[in-house]
Amino acid sequence: MNHLLEVDNLHVQFDTPQGPASAVDGASFHISHGETLGLVGESGCGKTVTSLSILGLIPSPPGYIKADRILFKGRNLLNLSSEDVRKIRGREIAMIFQEPMTSLNPVLPIGRQVAEPLIAHKGISKAKAFKEAIKWLDYVKIPEARKRLYDYPHQLSGGMRQRIMIAMAMVCHPQLLIADEPTTALDVTIQAQILSLIAGLKEELNMSVLLITHDLGVVAQMADRVLVMYAGEIVEEADVMSLYDRPFHPYTEGLLRSMPILDKQIGDKLHRLTEISGIAPCTTGLTQGCKFADRCPFAFPLCSEKRPELLEVKDGQRARCWLRDYPEKRRHHD
Amino acid sequence: MEKIDCIFLRQPVSDRLPLFKGMAYYLIKKFITLLILLFLVSITVYSVLFLLPGDPAQIILGINATPETLENLRSELGLNKSFWHQYADWMINLISGRGNRSINYDMPVYELIVSRLSVTGPLALMAILFAVAISIPLGVYAARHQNKKGDLGVMFFTQLGLATPEFWLGILLILLFSVHWGIFSAGGFPGWSVDFWGSVKSLLLPSFALGVIRASILTRLTRSSMLDVLCEDYVRTARAKGLKERTVIYVHALRNALIPVLTILGLQLGQLMAGAIIIENVYYLPGLGRLVFQAIGQRDLPVVREVVLFMAVAVVVVNFIVDLIYASIDPRMRLQKM
Repeated sequence: MNHLLEVDNLHVQFDTPQGPASAVDGASFHISHGETLGLVGESGCGKTVTSLSILGLIPSPPGYIKADRILFKGRNLLNLSSEDVRKIRGREIAMIFQEPMTSLNPVLPIGRQVAEPLIAHKGISKAKAFKEAIKWLDYVKIPEARKRLYDYPHQLSGGMRQRIMIAMAMVCHPQLLIADEPTTALDVTIQAQILSLIAGLKEELNMSVLLITHDLGVVAQMADRVLVMYAGEIVEEADVMSLYDRPFHPYTEGLLRSMPILDKQIGDKLHRLTEISGIAPCTTGLTQGCKFADRCPFAFPLCSEKRPELLEVKDGQRARCWLRDYPEKRRHHD
Repeated sequence: MEKIDCIFLRQPVSDRLPLFKGMAYYLIKKFITLLILLFLVSITVYSVLFLLPGDPAQIILGINATPETLENLRSELGLNKSFWHQYADWMINLISGRGNRSINYDMPVYELIVSRLSVTGPLALMAILFAVAISIPLGVYAARHQNKKGDLGVMFFTQLGLATPEFWLGILLILLFSVHWGIFSAGGFPGWSVDFWGSVKSLLLPSFALGVIRASILTRLTRSSMLDVLCEDYVRTARAKGLKERTVIYVHALRNALIPVLTILGLQLGQLMAGAIIIENVYYLPGLGRLVFQAIGQRDLPVVREVVLFMAVAVVVVNFIVDLIYASIDPRMRLQKM
């Protein structure tokens, strides 16, 4: 199969005073043309690190990337020179970050920041690049885009800044957009606007999107396929319908159960939100078995002895869990 | 889409207006602050010099002067009047433009200051130029190679620079360039109208000595400020856009990193404008520092008072210019300050 992006066995380690910590531990996935892939998991599970390592943006030291390959349009990004990777960044793979407040340069006017990728990659004149920038600012619904060119980030609201970030990512028509928690820092009404903006752009340009989030609602709305990450590993992969209908991995199940359901709360005043007990494991030590074993309600001795592989459980749905081989161990207490 | 031409690239005047409107208010505020400050400085300077032991009349006439001539000179100089009376006389002379006369040089003090400033001003500016030209590239280089050999080397030499007194460096430079190689003269100043390039040349060594010492602090500051900025999200954004590393460093990062550096640079320039007393003495430069140094020894109080007052003005004006540069580098300052 010819995918747009194929990541094989990605490992990312960071040097810490406590020894090397592995942030991503053998992640493999692919994104097809025109597909939206959701990457979910709790904070610190390696989502952002995964996305940054695709673009080679992990500062080294302290970070080290090791992977069998990261294929983008058939080229292995790991073997390219830093200059060649730079030419891909912003032109073919663009990225939107979580914090619109700090992700824009405070001392440069926004028009310039939006036009910059065009000048860097397409070698077009400033005037043309600014013209294009206005077009995109209009597109992301910045009112009076032309006047706003000389505004600075501090003069804009969070939602506006995220729109600017999107315009900046889109100016070169990338084939892959990596959106790292694009709505986390925004309030709910703005979230919906930003998401529909991304969805619309994706349709229009037939672009692929890697959507990183911890918000399962956002994933349900946007993604075609979902990866669930836990402690640097992909623990489940499924298309979005199967994942919500019949999650396989106990962690995915736990995540879905810890989502607030509004109707239920209105009906039953004392309904409490379920949570996954325990805390995410430390990433510095080596674990033998399944990393989720300590928190898993179904854990049995094998789980802490041997690490499960990410294997198919049903057509297209894969999970990293021993319950695949021992389904009788899954018993629900409630 | 409407037709857009190149004019558009320049900031439209209508968008620039708020800056200037705010600026006028800011200027007035600064000016009033300056006046209050000058008043306080003048009182302080006057009272300190008033209390200073040593009778100017005695120094002018020497120890063999008779009491009558001393008394005559005192009343001529106004030394018998009360403190406030003397202060008022001084102020009136200053403001009316009549000026006060130097006892020692027998000429208006402001003429003295202007002529000495023609040495100290260029000296200070050249020193700052040296400091900036050395410290910014070195600081950026050290930050980009943090904890590697190059960085350690830079840190070593800046530490050395911090520990070196500037007069000693000045003397070493004279030994090397004047005594040993004979490229530069060991001191003195020919005067701008007499020999322009000779004057520039005679300021090179002292300004270099002043600049290198100041560059040590600035290099370290640039380095640490740059290290902070390189971890910022917007630097990552700039890289994610696929900008060239040079653009990321010198446009996106350095502009932000310069803000704290500028503060110290301003302080240093203000201090240098007030005269580099020691270096001017090492190199026999007829600058402000030497003027005030000699005037204190000779109890030439009118000169001392006005030079100190001028130094206060210089520091305030330089800081004001630094504020303006802040606003042009960091748009957020425009809102805050005004």
